Amino acid sequence: MVKKTKVTTSSIAINAFFILFSLSFILPFLLIVSISLSSEDLVLKNGYSLIPKSMDFTAYKYIFANLKQMVDSYKITALTSALGTVLGVLVMSLMAYPLSRRDFLFRKQLTFYIFFTMLFSGGLIPTYILLTQHLKMGDSMWVYIFPSLVSAWYIIILRTFFQGLPTSLVESAKMDGASEIKVFYKIILPLSKPVIATIGLFVLLNRWNDWYTSLIYIRSKELYTLQFLLQRILRDAQFVKDMSREVPVGINITLINDSPVETMKFAMCIVAAGPMLLVFPFFQKYFTRGLTVGAVKG
Amino acid sequence: MQSTQNKLTNITATKIKKSKTALFAKGKANLELLILCLPAVLCFFIFNYLPMIGTIIAFKDYHYDLGILGSKWVGFENFKFFFTSQDAFRITRNTLGYGALFILASLITSVLVALLLFEIKKKIAIKFYQTTMILPFFISWVIVGFIAYSLLSPNTGVINQLLSLFNIAPIGWYSDPKYWPYILTIAHIWKGVGMNSVVYYAALMGIDHELFEAATLDGANRVQQTMAISVPTLIPLMTMLSILGLGNIFRGDFGLFYQLPRDIGALYSTTDVIDTYLYRGLRTGDNIGMTAAVGLFQSVVGLCTVVAANWVVKKINPENTLY
Repeated sequence: MVKKTKVTTSSIAINAFFILFSLSFILPFLLIVSISLSSEDLVLKNGYSLIPKSMDFTAYKYIFANLKQMVDSYKITALTSALGTVLGVLVMSLMAYPLSRRDFLFRKQLTFYIFFTMLFSGGLIPTYILLTQHLKMGDSMWVYIFPSLVSAWYIIILRTFFQGLPTSLVESAKMDGASEIKVFYKIILPLSKPVIATIGLFVLLNRWNDWYTSLIYIRSKELYTLQFLLQRILRDAQFVKDMSREVPVGINITLINDSPVETMKFAMCIVAAGPMLLVFPFFQKYFTRGLTVGAVKG
Repeated sequence: MQSTQNKLTNITATKIKKSKTALFAKGKANLELLILCLPAVLCFFIFNYLPMIGTIIAFKDYHYDLGILGSKWVGFENFKFFFTSQDAFRITRNTLGYGALFILASLITSVLVALLLFEIKKKIAIKFYQTTMILPFFISWVIVGFIAYSLLSPNTGVINQLLSLFNIAPIGWYSDPKYWPYILTIAHIWKGVGMNSVVYYAALMGIDHELFEAATLDGANRVQQTMAISVPTLIPLMTMLSILGLGNIFRGDFGLFYQLPRDIGALYSTTDVIDTYLYRGLRTGDNIGMTAAVGLFQSVVGLCTVVAANWVVKKINPENTLY
């Protein structure tokens, strides 16, 4: 009896700890939502607060009055993320398949060729000079897609998965005279949906959250990714004001001069980052699986 | 006699023919497989190998208008210039210091969280805690920067408001460098602990339940069981991940060090790492050659530490090596 109560107290303690711990992850997000719904005057007077005194949608009204920059950034982020993910996963699995074949003549050399890129990199400056001075990719959409198209680590994970598929399938298909590319898309791909989904989601998440490429390579505002747009918004109050000044049709100019900059920053954060943040956690299982798959080497 | 000889030559001929077609088929298959590799091989060549050749910039006085080949060779001048500057010590110390601190901090927190999570029996509770802990994994450092700002902003931030409730004077978080080692470490843990603990938790789930049952029969309580069964199970994994982390110690997390301290000069003494230094070197463009030299220094030392870490892991347990 004594033992049983002891177990329950410790389990209450552990659960209490986790509830507090979980709050430390949830509350910061609620804080952003709350600030975005606060009134600018109260924020300037009393500071940010977790519970808004009253619901105030002014910040959102300002944002939706001029959505041009936001729409541009959504477009460029969605387009480059989708294109980059599809193309990247395709190119990477096309290489992972030959590397998974034990009878492939150049398997060893090519595996080292990609693996070495994980050990050593040219670094920021040579990459920057190559992309901007020689390949002329600076300030263009392509800089989002091609330089980060392939990653050695993902290819190794894909290869390891392909290696686990029964070789008899490939052999019998080859016996029937199927070409390698046919074997790849008729046999390998359909059997590899889980790992393709996992890698695809990792690539998509990284691309969706990319601000670094814009920071280094992009000058034109139309080409900003969402995350970089948010960085500019957070750092630069003038940028926020300019954004709301761009389409003055039907909007009172004097109103814009005292646009609610502080609350607008956070409202933009919600509009820009909110939707996908609600989507990704549903695929949590794929992401955690990716970690355990990644722990297995070939 | 003749016919037998004929037969023999015939057999060898078909044999040769057969092996030739086999060889041909093999060659064809290899060629096809090689073609499949081609797009990725090309990408790696252009975007990974060409920049490696480009590291010769580190030995040049690079000017954009002169180009790589046109710029003057200066030998090790760029390295000399960097290593005699005050920045060299600061950014190397910060990079290594934070690297070590982060490895230790995330090791302790993620193992602890995994062990505690393992004690919870209700599936739905586990699921809830895990899902909330993993949330930060899905956001970029920019959003973490927003959160940090809403907490730390000197006039409007939540923390200074809380301090004022206890009559403590507001703290200038963004002007005093002494707080940043704590802030950065907490942010690093906050963003990573959910995902990092998943690996340890998975390892705990793999333990044979009979071990615990036997321990219970022997009268061991949960703490004793944890120390005698769970922790020893995790130790190989802990060792491997830490050593591999040490291998990557020179490659800082640019997002953390750039988005949270917001590139504020007054905070550089505790927030400037090699990666932020490289970025500023690129942005100002004053001395590209020297910035490239710093980058090469980082890559070369990084290569050495990764290879060394992997060598150590191989000695301990050949199954956990990276390659």
